[in-house]
Amino acid sequence: MKLKKKIPVIDQGNSLGFWGGKFGGNFVPETLKKPIEDLEVLFNKLKKDKKFISERDKYFQNWVGAPTRFIKLESLTNYIGGAQIWSKVVSDANGGAHKIYNATVHCLLAKRSGKKIICGDTGAGYAGKMLSMAAKKFGLKCKIFMGAKDIARQQPNVKAMKKNGAEVIPVYSGSQTLVDAVSECMRFWVANCDTTAMCVGSTVGPAVFVRICGWSTSQISRELKGQLIDEFGSIPKKLKLYNCVGGGSSSFGFWNEFMDYDKKQVEFIGVEAGGPAKSKKHAAPLTYGSKIGILHGAAQYVNQNSDGQIEETESISAGLDYPGISPLHCFLKDTKRARYTAASDEEALSAYKLVTKFEDLRPSLEPSHAFFVALKEAKKLSNDTVVVINSCGDAYKDRGILEERLGKKYVKSN
Amino acid sequence: MLNPISVAFKKARTENRPALLTYTVAGDSSKKQSLDILKSISKSADILEVGVPHNTPVADGSQIQTSAYRAIKKGIKIIDIFKIVRDFKKFDKSKPIILMGYYNMIFQYGENNFLNKCKTSGVNGLIVVDLPWPENKDFAKKCKKKSIYFIQLLSPTTTSKRLRKIIQNSHPMNYFISMLSTTGGKLKVSPREILKNYNRIKKINPKKEVVIGFGITDKTIGKLKSADGLVVGSAICKEITRSLNSRQNPVINVGKLVRKLKNKIK
Repeated sequence: MKLKKKIPVIDQGNSLGFWGGKFGGNFVPETLKKPIEDLEVLFNKLKKDKKFISERDKYFQNWVGAPTRFIKLESLTNYIGGAQIWSKVVSDANGGAHKIYNATVHCLLAKRSGKKIICGDTGAGYAGKMLSMAAKKFGLKCKIFMGAKDIARQQPNVKAMKKNGAEVIPVYSGSQTLVDAVSECMRFWVANCDTTAMCVGSTVGPAVFVRICGWSTSQISRELKGQLIDEFGSIPKKLKLYNCVGGGSSSFGFWNEFMDYDKKQVEFIGVEAGGPAKSKKHAAPLTYGSKIGILHGAAQYVNQNSDGQIEETESISAGLDYPGISPLHCFLKDTKRARYTAASDEEALSAYKLVTKFEDLRPSLEPSHAFFVALKEAKKLSNDTVVVINSCGDAYKDRGILEERLGKKYVKSN
Repeated sequence: MLNPISVAFKKARTENRPALLTYTVAGDSSKKQSLDILKSISKSADILEVGVPHNTPVADGSQIQTSAYRAIKKGIKIIDIFKIVRDFKKFDKSKPIILMGYYNMIFQYGENNFLNKCKTSGVNGLIVVDLPWPENKDFAKKCKKKSIYFIQLLSPTTTSKRLRKIIQNSHPMNYFISMLSTTGGKLKVSPREILKNYNRIKKINPKKEVVIGFGITDKTIGKLKSADGLVVGSAICKEITRSLNSRQNPVINVGKLVRKLKNKIK
């Protein structure tokens, strides 16, 4: 299995949508074949269309707010005493997380295809919140599917979705988290694909959704590349990009523009959710060697039992609480372009404490996983190494959990 | 030897009626009960679809989901499902059985192992909901070698060009999804409209059997009589749930329901 240079990774799949011949594809009910094909045709045309790209850029700039900040974490760097520690503050984006890029592009595509309704799934609630914002902006009706367990633990985002006029549909099946929300959303699309567009909230699902999402979030690395050159004059000789990985949309977007660099120069480190330290359950299929299986239309490494039933996951962060992983990351793992590891719930919380103690930055529980590994490794690295962590979400949504686990003093009101 | 599925269609045709296909989930609400249900309906039904429960079923509505979760909760494994089929075949050797499920279960078992097991336990056909054409080409070929029908699904969204290609490559039986819906949705198009689409499919190759499924209940089944076969699934799963909730015997109630369905299409 080989990663090709000079071809975008999203376009390296074969004619059936498989990366490396085995990840991804379209394992979908017959009813969805046509709508998926239509979306593929539309996306393949528009991603080469200069007018469409400038429309996208206009919304990214004026509405999403590009570029998001690239900042040095001076106090943390001094405290850790190793590599330089920087952060790409993607949570600056309108709505407070990277999910806005994919949501915006899906709404633009929905408008072009003449659909009046858009449906989407959400775990932490960010994908849903952003889709509700974008749907409102572009005049589309919006339906969000969300696990009942996630609705209970991510209330601030639920309120935001409702305020934006979206209908939030609780999903009570299975583990009542993201995996079930995606299933229910796909079911809704099966029954309504003639009138409704679907937005899959991450780089997962049938191949075209993986591609659209990766294409959208790549805005992050496009910005970062320019910011690094502005700051250092060129891409640093030793650059390490840390990102949390749930479905894998923010990490893919954070890395994409650096794909062709030698990994000795630009290393990618993906941090999965290891779950509670004392629990055997986790959401880290790459780290813990899960087998390939089919989930939500795509072949990927996925937590499952020997019969092929998908296993329940456990993580403090709803956004990473997913048993599978993007086919793109399976591909990056097997081609050895990226390295994957995991952080536990407790480790993520400890990193959150440390970051908020030294910096005026409040990463949500998802990027706190990446911060933990980055800070641990930065200690052992030389000071000419540039460590960048994607702070892809803001902790506002995690108030309830943070107050419960760490006490009131770690929760600031917005 | 002719596949018992084709024999069943022939028999129904001589009786001037469509074949009745039922769908029940293996292991719902227990291994034994699901076997007893199959036995109790085998007289009225022509072909038995046995659902392989999966916990992320992207095409199933709430009734079949409920049945599937109930079976999984009771600990049903693929190996048990093959045993149920084998035990049923001891009871009624000639009654065709089709397993219906999602591809990951087959993928994890190994395609060849799975098909060997199907063969030895007496499975006559397979429906794999999330393995569409052309992704299913290789697997369908393997099925053919074992004389197991791989049943292609066709939908109202399937384009004419695609329909022709699928049917050209298909085995003797195909399955038309009546409407845009998950299983068990309320019939939102008229039976006339469904039959219009059905006839469009039949015209391509009249020799291939086409059954209609999704949204068929005892209320609607009579209006679709002109099809080669009709599948009732969610309505049966719903009856199992209703029986369990009211502390009645699902085996007896489902038996009654299937007899009623049969009478409607005679």
